[in-house]
Parts: sequence; structure tokens; C-alpha cells
Amino acid sequence: MGLQTKIALFPPRRLNCPLRCRCVSQISTHGNTMKDTDIKRLLYTHLLCIFSIILSVFIPSFFLENFSILETHLTWLCICSAFVTAVNLLLYLVVKPTASSKKSSLSHKITRFLKCCIYFLMSCFSFHIIFVLYGAPLIELVLETFLFAVILSTFTTVPCLCLLGPNLKAWLRVFSRNGVTSIWENSLQITTISSFVGTWLGALPIPLDWERPWQVWPISCTLGATFGYVAGLVISPLWIYWNRKQLTYKNN
Amino acid sequence: MRLGSGTFAACCVAIEVLGTAVFLRGFFPAPVRSSARTEHKEPPAPEPSAGASSNWTKLPPPLFSKVVIVLIDALRDDFVFGAKGVKFMPYTTYLVEKGAAHSFVAEAKPPTVTMPRIKALMTGSLPGFVDVVRNLNSPALLEDNVIKQAKAAGKRIIFYGDETWVKLFPKHFVEYDGTTSFFVSDYTEVDNNVTRHLDKVLKRGDWDILILHYLGLDHIGHISGPYSPLIGRKLSEMDSVLMKIHTALLSKERESSLPNLLVLCGDHGMSETGSHGASSTEEVNTPLVLISTAFERRPGDTRLPKHVQQTDLAATLAIGLGLPIPKDSVGSFLFPIVEGKSMREQLRFLHLNTVQLSKLLQENVPSYAKDPGFEQFKMSEKLHGNWIKLYLEENHSEVLFNLGTKVLRQYLDAMKILSLSLSTQVAQYDLYSMVVGTVMVVEVLTLLLLSIPQALCRKAQLEVPLSSPVFSLLFYLMFLVLSAVHVIVCTSAESSCYFCSLSWLAAGAVMLLISALLCAIVSALTKVFMDGSFLSKSPAHPDSRWSELDLLILFGTLGHVVSLGASSFVEEEHQTWYFLVNTLCLALSQEIYRSYFLGDSCEPQCHFPMDQGFDSLAPALQDRTGGGVSEHDKVHEGPSPFELLRGHERWMVLASPWLILTCCRLLRSLNQTGVQWAHRPDLGHWLTSSDHKAELSILAALSLLIIFVLVQRGCSSVSKAALALGLLGVYCYRAAIGNVLFPWQQGNRDISKGIIEARFVYVFVLGILFTGTKDLLKSQVLAADRKTKTGNSNNIATVDISAGFVGLDTYVEIPAMFLTAFGTYAGPVLWASHLVHFLSSQTSSSSALSHACFCYALICSIPVSTYIIFVTSLRYHLFIWSVFSPKLLYEGMHLLITAAICVFFTAMDQTSLTKS
Repeated sequence: MGLQTKIALFPPRRLNCPLRCRCVSQISTHGNTMKDTDIKRLLYTHLLCIFSIILSVFIPSFFLENFSILETHLTWLCICSAFVTAVNLLLYLVVKPTASSKKSSLSHKITRFLKCCIYFLMSCFSFHIIFVLYGAPLIELVLETFLFAVILSTFTTVPCLCLLGPNLKAWLRVFSRNGVTSIWENSLQITTISSFVGTWLGALPIPLDWERPWQVWPISCTLGATFGYVAGLVISPLWIYWNRKQLTYKNN
Repeated sequence: MRLGSGTFAACCVAIEVLGTAVFLRGFFPAPVRSSARTEHKEPPAPEPSAGASSNWTKLPPPLFSKVVIVLIDALRDDFVFGAKGVKFMPYTTYLVEKGAAHSFVAEAKPPTVTMPRIKALMTGSLPGFVDVVRNLNSPALLEDNVIKQAKAAGKRIIFYGDETWVKLFPKHFVEYDGTTSFFVSDYTEVDNNVTRHLDKVLKRGDWDILILHYLGLDHIGHISGPYSPLIGRKLSEMDSVLMKIHTALLSKERESSLPNLLVLCGDHGMSETGSHGASSTEEVNTPLVLISTAFERRPGDTRLPKHVQQTDLAATLAIGLGLPIPKDSVGSFLFPIVEGKSMREQLRFLHLNTVQLSKLLQENVPSYAKDPGFEQFKMSEKLHGNWIKLYLEENHSEVLFNLGTKVLRQYLDAMKILSLSLSTQVAQYDLYSMVVGTVMVVEVLTLLLLSIPQALCRKAQLEVPLSSPVFSLLFYLMFLVLSAVHVIVCTSAESSCYFCSLSWLAAGAVMLLISALLCAIVSALTKVFMDGSFLSKSPAHPDSRWSELDLLILFGTLGHVVSLGASSFVEEEHQTWYFLVNTLCLALSQEIYRSYFLGDSCEPQCHFPMDQGFDSLAPALQDRTGGGVSEHDKVHEGPSPFELLRGHERWMVLASPWLILTCCRLLRSLNQTGVQWAHRPDLGHWLTSSDHKAELSILAALSLLIIFVLVQRGCSSVSKAALALGLLGVYCYRAAIGNVLFPWQQGNRDISKGIIEARFVYVFVLGILFTGTKDLLKSQVLAADRKTKTGNSNNIATVDISAGFVGLDTYVEIPAMFLTAFGTYAGPVLWASHLVHFLSSQTSSSSALSHACFCYALICSIPVSTYIIFVTSLRYHLFIWSVFSPKLLYEGMHLLITAAICVFFTAMDQTSLTKS
């Protein structure tokens, strides 16, 4: 049953991938070329994501007066999160549009979409709770903290939802050791972890007494998350390309 | 020689304690002191003269007949000169702006704590940092000071106020009434006890100096901070007191020929949170207002208060009262008070002060002749002599006046430079002792690091090679070289050096120790290299044995150590701890969830020694946060007994990281410390404020009840009853203190609050540990153990903090969790005992205890040695006194505690070995 649902939820291309990877040992040249095209595609999508983030910095200044990342930080957060979500959805629809068209009905799609929304909101709230547990102020600056949670969810949860769907088991599998089954999941793992690490590192300069404008809560953390995400986007294709010989994905 | 790793670690830590002690002795410099301790009266320096001898060799006569010093504790400069002063102290503001007064902003040097400040005000010297530690039981002041001089000159001194003065000057006052600063919550009675004497005393005229020390403002600051509405009321009260004194002095003045002087000053300021001790601008700047009819004020002359040093007051008072300036004073007197005098007198005063300063410089700085201040002094003295010659020749011309002003300016410059170079003299470090201490500590650390693979192997034993002949040769050579260095350094040293002043035997012993350690390191290194070439052939990859959690802990520890190099991180160290603990908890929960949902049993169970190592690493990480140590213990238990757990226990395990996180968050808001976020409202204050007494008592009762419920499991009925009675007693004690002794209540409640909460969390976490591991066999022993421990800490902390409110503990707030309130390191000890119990209850691991001991030593010595190196390299940092040195003291104390714990562990290990 579990396997059934997994297959149903996975886009066919992704279903092919494990099979392909299993073949690597047998027909190595063929597998390598397939893998190379996949890596290329991965690189392009990631570049698009980075481009969207860069756009979110520059485009609003044409429409909004006095826009700057530090001063109107919240606006930037909203815009950046919207851009990244849009690009992710677009990529999901363009690169793997045949995901659920085969089997699932419209109602299934809608419930899936709603589920995704609920998951996104839940992740926002749980991130918010974790920030508060980490010491973010409970009552004051609620909006700031929540928007920070939103942007972190955008960097982590939205790609997960796009790729894996609202399937907690798959998520846990991807983020456990030796659990990845494709390049896409591998890159997802890397970007998510690097966004978290970036956020974590972004909190470090807060106690320093330099009195810089970017030390204000939560700017350093959001910037850290963004940089971490971008770094993950850059690193993951490179890393996968570098290790393409060693990477064999087993379908378990 | 074979040693158990526990014994080895204990020895290492003991040596490290010794090294740290030597380092500390070198680091905290001896204050600048005049060596002339003899009681005999030196004749005052005569007026310099060129050729013709001056006839003025006696001290100049006093400028004022009566002096009243009103010292208001924690009076910040903006309370008088700022908006608050205008609003609440109208009379003082009038005097400052229009009246015959000179106003200054006196800068206090850190530590801004009352007793060193009083000493600075009265002796004019800069008390060393070590004086803070002695703040609480202040012994009599032995140095030369204004009070002593005044007593010797037959002045009658009356004192009302903080009894620190009475302790500092035990037999100097003809009349005194000391108020205690112990009851921090009382801010009316302390001051009324001072003011009630005023009317009587002011009516009488049989005194020369009256000193009033008002504590109320400081207490208000400690209770509710500088923005409290109470501050305004207190300032108005102080203003009325000042007005009363001033009018009385004015009416007195008609009877005497000389004017009177009224001094208003503060000993230290008040930080934005209402505490003091560090070196922020608010804490350092205090107002100093000198009021006397002798000061004439030209109309329209609105000067901004000038910045001066607090130490200047001693010299000023001495000159004002016609006394010799205290020998150790590094201050220069406030020149405006003699502005109305004749040129000759002005020059005479300046000369007296510079002579005193240059004498002090000669005694403390070997190369004094090169000091620019001293050169300037010599030059101006010569000019002064010329001026006197001209003056005595009755040459009252323009030339004389011009020369006079030139001499005056030169004197003022010389005084400023001398004073400055003397104050920087305080920051002279005894580098040789510091180096010796550092070398010892670093050697021990290297030894510990090198012996990790040996000490953490299953046998937990290691070879200490001491007797091989090659190394004995090296050892003797090393010893000879070190002795030679010692002789060279000590004979050529210009400044005083503690290590040189040690007896030859002790110094020799230290040398022996250092060379022995070095030899041990060398032998260990060779062994490692030989083994290393052997090991590299074996296919074992050490990296694969590190799980993410171990890596996290390792990097957390390293990151924490590195962060100690930044002053802000030292100030906010508790934030680092919270951050790391939260991360650890989250990682743990992730691990638990993963193993729960996926049954992921790929966790290699074989890396036993490392696990043990990190088991004991965790308490070191958490010893101040009291968060998730049990969690870590549990995780290693986690994977295997998962299937055995029943349903609700499984949920408990899953929920426990979140519970611990929530507890951490609650604790964090319980007491906001540190510097940057200290102004945040904290739960502790909310609870201790008198309107929430009901909630507080309910919470206290509830937590005691929970303790009982959690602990009583597995106890016999007798111990159960004893426990219940004990807890009841705790509550009653608290209630009694809260009710009977009213002034005690808030301070005490605050502490007991922290302790209850601490205990609550301890027991809570412990309970989770128990449910997680089903390890209830020895809970009885443990319960008793914990009971005595927390009981002890309770009492100690109660005593400590009530006093500490004004003293040490508010100041040294660096590792500032609420556990600092314990001050006595009950936390680590408690955790260590838990660890002992936990490890000893594990039958499988016979060498676990010595492993734990070793890791404990390692984990403690890494920060200590790194910190020592940091501090040495940052010794000219701006915040070295206010931020780094308290932390250094804390680290030293922590090391001592660790040494005790290690010895205890080893003893436990030995007994268990002999038993089995």
C-alpha cells in the first residue's frame, strides 16, 4: 500500500530515475549521459531560483519608493517569499507537468493542493514556535518573527512540497541518512540543510555590540537564510556533479 | 607507570588549577601604592625657590571650616544635570546653574561597586580589581586617606549612612550611625535613618566634617531600574535634604571667618537596568557638585560640567581642609576651588599636588625620569622658583603675572600627565607569572589531548612514561634551562613580579613540574607518531564513527570556546548556551523522531568509548543551562529499548525534547541578564513584585508538590514521610521569612524562586530520565543525595545573593543564567552527581566513570586554557576589567570545582573497583 501511494504521488520522470540509477552499474555510459542531462536541468532550475531572489531585490525598487532590504525589510520578505514560491511552482509545473495528470482526478488535485497549503501554514507556525523557543520575543515583533518563519518555510517547505508532495514519510526518508533516491532529492536535501545552517549562523552576530542596522531581529537571520539557500542552490549541482560517479540511488 | 584515566585526569586538573592560580596572580596587578608605609610625618614640600629661600614651608591653611559630603549611592550624572535633575532637584539645579558652585562629571573607574568607590574617593587611589571580591567583608582601610589625615589633624568627623564606611574607618568618627545595605528592598528606612540626625547635627557646631551616605537611590535602582517613578520621589527627597544642609551651612557661615563647603557626589552610576559594576557610560559618570560661598560666579557664566576623575576628590578635599594629600592618590585636585585665591597660593597648591604625584611615580615606575609628566614637573618647578624669587623681590609687575600664569598652565599640564600615567600604571601586568601559568595550563591541555585515544579506550588506562633515560636527560636539561631563564628574568625585572618573589623552593618545584610535563608531552608525541604510522595502515576510518550529534556537540564546544574571544559574546554567554542547548535539543528530537518513524537502526552501536565520552561531554555543555543532559543520556539508551516501551512512555520520549525546550524558554524569560536585553521585563520580577504574591506561593507549593510526587516513587514510606516533611519545611521557612522579616522578603523570594524553578526543572528532567530509562533502582540514594545538595545550595544562595545584590554577584553576571544566582556552582555539581549515578547504575560499563572523569577534565580545561590565552592577548582591551576578568575568575572557579568533581569521581571509581 505504501509503495502504491508513493508511486502515485511521484512524477513519472522521478519514478524512472531510480530505475535508471539501478542500471548505472550495468550500462554505465547510458546512465551517465542521463544523469548529466538531469544535472544540467537541475543547474538551470537552480539558477532560475537564484535569479528570482536577485529580482526580488531589484524589481520592487521600480514600483515602491524608499525600498531597501534593510529599512523596508518586511516588504522585501513578502516579495522575496512570493517570488521564490512562484518560481518553485512554475518549475514544478514546467519541468514535471505530467506529475498527477495521469491518474488523479481534479478533486484529488484540489485536495492535494489544499493539503499542501495546510502543510505550508503548519510549517510556518512550527517554525515560529521554534524561533520563540530559541528566544525570539513572544509578544512584541510577532509580525517580524512570523514573516521570518514564512520565508524560511518558503526556502525549505515549498520545494519539499513541490517535489515530494504532502507526504511526511517521504520527507523523513529524504532527510535521513542514505534515504535519497534521486538527484532532485539530493539537491533538496542540500538546499534545505544549507538554509537551516544559514539561518543558524545568521543568529550568531545578534549579540555583538556593533550596532549595525542588520543586527536587528530578524534581519540577520533572514539574510542568513537567504544566503544559505542561495549557497545551497549553487553548491548542490556542483556537489552532485562532482560526486556523480559515487552516487547510486537505490530504490528503497 | 600505569594510571587509570580518571586518576590521570584528576592529576592533570589539579596541576591546571595551580597554573591558573599563578596566572591569576600575575594577571590581577597589584595596585599603585606608595612604599613609604611608615607612620612618621614627612614635612610638606617647601615652596621651590631659586636662590632666595622661601619662608613658606608649612602646609597652607584650610580653605573651608566645615565640610559636608553628601554621597548618594548610584547617583547618575543625568539625575542632577539632566532632565530628571531639572524636574526633581530644583534647588540643586538652581545652585548648579546660578549659585556659587562648581559642577563636574566625575568619572568612576570600574569596578563600579560601592566599596572600591569609597576607597577611591577617600584615598584617591585606584583600587585593584581584587578589591571587588573583598567588597562584602570590607576590612579597615590601611592606606593613607583623607579621613585618616583629618583625624590626625584633630578634625571631628561625623558619619551617617552605609556602614561600609564604619568598617573602613573603624575609629575615625566621633559619632556615627551605620545603616546596612543588606535589605535591598527597603529604600525609605535606610535614608530616614540618615536624615533623622540631620536637624540635631546641623544645629550643633561641634564638628568639622559631616559625611552622609544615602543608599535609597541605589536600592530603588536595584529593585526597579532608573526609569522607575520612585527615582523621582527619591531625588526630590535628596534635594530637600541638600537644601536643608545648605541653608544651615549658610547660617553657620556668619559666625566663622572661613566659608563652608558642601560636596554632592555619587559613588557610581546606574546602568539602564538599574544595576552597576561594569563600565558603561551610565555606570561610570557621576555628578560632583562643590557648593560654597567662596566660589564666585560671574553672571551669565553657564558652564557645562567638566569631566574629571573621581579620584580627584581626595586631593581636593585634602587641600580644602588644609591636610597633606594622601600618599597613594593619583588624582589632581580640582583647580576651580582655588581660583579665588592669590597667585602664590594657587601655585603652592599645584606644587604640593605635583610633588606628591611625582613621588608616587618615582616609587612605582622605574623609568620615571623619562616620563613626560615628570619632565614637565621639573621644568615648572624651576620656573616656579624663578617666580617666587621675582615675587619675593616685590616685583609686582605685568611680567610677574604673565610668568605666573605660564607656571600655572605648566603645572596643570604636568599634573594631568602625571595623573594619567599613574592610572595606566594600574594596568601593568606581571607577564612572567602569566607566561608561567599559561605554559603550565597549555602543557596539561596538550597532554590531555594527546592521551585521548589511550584514555578513552576500553581499558581506560594509560601509560605515563616518566622514567625512560632519554627523557630524564631532557628533563634535567629543561630544568636547567628554565632555572637559568628564571634567574635572568628575576634579576633583570624592573617591575615587581610575583613569581620572582616566591621562595626558591616553590619556584623550583614549579620548574620541575613544567619540565616533567614537557617531557611527558614529548614522549606522548613520539608514541603518537609511532602509533600513527602503524594506525594508518589499518583500514579503520575514524570519521565514520562520528554521528551528527557528536559532531554538533564537538562544534558547539569549539564554537563556544572561540566565542569567548569577543567581549559581547562573553557578556551574553548565556545566549550562547541557550542557543547551543536548543540546537542540541532539536537535533535530538530529530534523531528520536527519525528512529521512531523509520525504525532506522543503522546507528552503529559499536562506538562505545566515544559515546561515553560525549555522554560526559553533555553535562559540561549543559552545566549551566540545566537543560537536556538527561536527554543526551537517553538518546544512547533510546534506540535499543524503544520496542520495549509502552505506549504512553513512548509519547513521553517523543514529547520530552519539546518539554525541555519549553522549560528552557521559560527559564530564559525568568531572569533576563546580560547587557543588551537586560531591560526586557522578566518573569522573575513579575512574580516577586508584591502584587503577585499569591501566584508565587501557588507556584512554589505546586513545584514542591511535583518534586514530592516525582521523587517519592521507589522510596520507602519512612523516607517518603521525611521527604514530605522536608519539603513542607522548605515552604514554611520561606513563608516565615516572607512574613516575619518584611524587608527580607523580596530579595529572598527572588532567590527561592529561582531555586524552586531550578529544582522543578531538575526534577522534571530527572523524572523524564527515569521514565525513559526505567532506571529506578537507586532513586532512593539519588533522591537523598539531591535533597542534601539542593538544600545546601538553597542556604548558600540565600546568604550569597542577599548580600550579592549590592556586591559581587550583580557585578559578575557573565555566565548569567539564573543559575548564576546559585553562585556556588550547585548546578554542575548536581549534574555531575547525576552522571555518576547514571553511569554507575549501568552495569555494562566498568570504566565509564573514569571515561566520564577524563572527558570532564578535558572539557573544562579546553575553555580555560583557550580563555587564558585570549585574555593574555587581549590584556589591553577596553573591557578587560569589566568583561573579561570576571569571566576569568569564573573560569578559575569552575576549574577548581571540576578538580573537586574529578577527585570525587576517581574516588568513586576506586571504591567501586575495590568492591567488585
